[in-house]
Amino acid sequence: MKFFHSIGQISLQSLAKLGRSTLFLSAIINSLGYPLLRPKLLIRQIYSVGVLSFWLVAISGLFVGMVLGLQGVYTLSTFGAESSLGIMVAASLVRELGPVVSALLFAGRAGSALTAEIGLMKTTEQLSGMEMMAIDPLKYIIAPRFLAGFISLPLLAALFSAIGIWGGYIAGVELLNVDVGAYWSQMQSAIDFYDDIVNGIIKSIIFAWIITWIALFEGYDATPTSAGISRATTKTVVNSAFAILLFDFLLTALMFGTS
Amino acid sequence: MISINKLSFARGDNKIFNNISLTIQPHKITAIMGPSGTGKTTLLKLISGQLKPDSGSIMINEQNVHQLSRKNLYALRQKMGMLFQSGALLTDMSVYDNIAFPIREHTALPESMIRTLVLMKLNAVGLRGAKDLMPSELSGGMARRVAMARALALDPEMIMYDEPFTGQDPISLGVLVKLIATLNQTLQLTSIIVSHDVQETAAIADYIYLLSAGKIAGQGTPEELYSSDSAWVQQFMQGKPDGPVPFHYPAQDYQNDLLAH
Amino acid sequence: MMQYKALEISVGLFVSAAMAALFFLAMQVSNFNALQNTNSYTLTAHFDNVSGLKTKSLVSMAGVPIGRVTEISFDPENYDALVKMRIDARYNTIPSDTSASILTAGLLGEKYIGLTPGGLDEFLQEGDAIELTQSALVLEKLISQFLFQSASKD
Repeated sequence: MKFFHSIGQISLQSLAKLGRSTLFLSAIINSLGYPLLRPKLLIRQIYSVGVLSFWLVAISGLFVGMVLGLQGVYTLSTFGAESSLGIMVAASLVRELGPVVSALLFAGRAGSALTAEIGLMKTTEQLSGMEMMAIDPLKYIIAPRFLAGFISLPLLAALFSAIGIWGGYIAGVELLNVDVGAYWSQMQSAIDFYDDIVNGIIKSIIFAWIITWIALFEGYDATPTSAGISRATTKTVVNSAFAILLFDFLLTALMFGTS
Repeated sequence: MISINKLSFARGDNKIFNNISLTIQPHKITAIMGPSGTGKTTLLKLISGQLKPDSGSIMINEQNVHQLSRKNLYALRQKMGMLFQSGALLTDMSVYDNIAFPIREHTALPESMIRTLVLMKLNAVGLRGAKDLMPSELSGGMARRVAMARALALDPEMIMYDEPFTGQDPISLGVLVKLIATLNQTLQLTSIIVSHDVQETAAIADYIYLLSAGKIAGQGTPEELYSSDSAWVQQFMQGKPDGPVPFHYPAQDYQNDLLAH
Repeated sequence: MMQYKALEISVGLFVSAAMAALFFLAMQVSNFNALQNTNSYTLTAHFDNVSGLKTKSLVSMAGVPIGRVTEISFDPENYDALVKMRIDARYNTIPSDTSASILTAGLLGEKYIGLTPGGLDEFLQEGDAIELTQSALVLEKLISQFLFQSASKD
């Protein structure tokens, strides 16, 4: 009996949370005009969310690209097809690894930071204080951060892919003597701007939306204690990871399955 | 003039307010006191519209707070100042910017004018020299005074203090008590103090409501309460360890408890 | 808290770097500038068998890419395949008796259309059809042909 009781309770709680988070999202969308009128706020947030994630994304991109290059050469050489290395590295990065890995890194670094910051503001009553001063915290605090995440992640994903392709070049061409012309020319002929690159960017825009929404909501909804904030940051990272991988599957099936 | 009529509010099973009614007279200091956990902070949040009551109404200047549109509620809040227990200063801004914040957001005054206003408010609380410090560099008492200056930034008509005296050293206490009374007088504010520090509050309050278990257990001027017939009121006002609120948590007979195995 | 000016500069750098990366991806990595829809004209051709040919496959002449396949559809009147392709407008002197064959790039590579020029002085215009076509080589048919041939030799 208790078992069914707890299942029911958990389902109702999850539904309630989903409802709250949807209302939260629609409130954010209503407030999005505000940060556009206050560029200073927005730029501060792009710095904290995007610029501070740059090195993490860049170095990860470089190493992922280099590993792709190495593994690619090892595998392709069994078919005598090393000249296809460029296509392999570029396709993997632009379609999948670029958007997904940069989103996961972003969720871990920027997402958890956002959750902790908002949660702490809630705990120290800064959000209530702002409400009392008749300043809507959704407009002043939440909306700029949402817009910043929405702008930053696709940029970070593009950086990841570009740096990764260079990494593949360094590993394959410089270190393992793949032909430099073949690397770039085969890549150019096979990677389509609209099908591959634009789709990859669309993916990372959708990821940005989801991650920033989750991160901000978990912070806003957190129990205002230190244990509550730590739970909230964990939830952000875990839920973001699930959502990214789920949506990656759905989007890949939609975008690349039918061509 | 604030009137609370037949207010009821419950959190889960806990009935925090059970059909209470009270009035706050304008330009006076009204104190709401009671044991810890009786929902005094909740009452402030209900008055400011952050929480909605289950039944009953709160009228401020003839307007029902909870029936106002968002825009009108925000307009009303600009006439209210609130001092949170922790000060609730924005941690990434300096003291100056914290106080300038509501002015910048709600008015289009030029920076030179804002500077004058900020310095005036800081001077009123005696912290004009601290204007460039960050909140993390302030002591608890100083943070509260800065928060007070910020609450006064838009020249409100009323101001609410949430536990202003808790955890302060004697000197800070003296400063705060003096400030609350002086500001109320000079600025003709309506002040509501929520506290359980009897001595300090009774020294400056014009009228006191005592809340307990969701109901009003006593009300009156400080003198009336000190000479009250109610044993509970006497125990609370004088801080007696035993009385209607017993010292011993209900337990079985002492001898039986010791000798039982 | 960083000085606001330094903050703005770093955000500017970040956005420029990302824009440069996007530009790099568009230009160096993909075939963005290979063929834009302006300045090109459409030709059609019928093939008996287009197996392996895809839309966006290359159309080339003398080994040089001059266009792309834009559409492959089944023609219910002739029971064959109708292929539409866009040719770069710079190459507008293709003789009207040019032939089109579906070829394979490398042993296991992708299919593409190779155009071999004819000799007439008339040139193909927008909407014209290439008359002479050679279908794709289907590997199974080749093998069975080979086996058949070697069997009939004995």
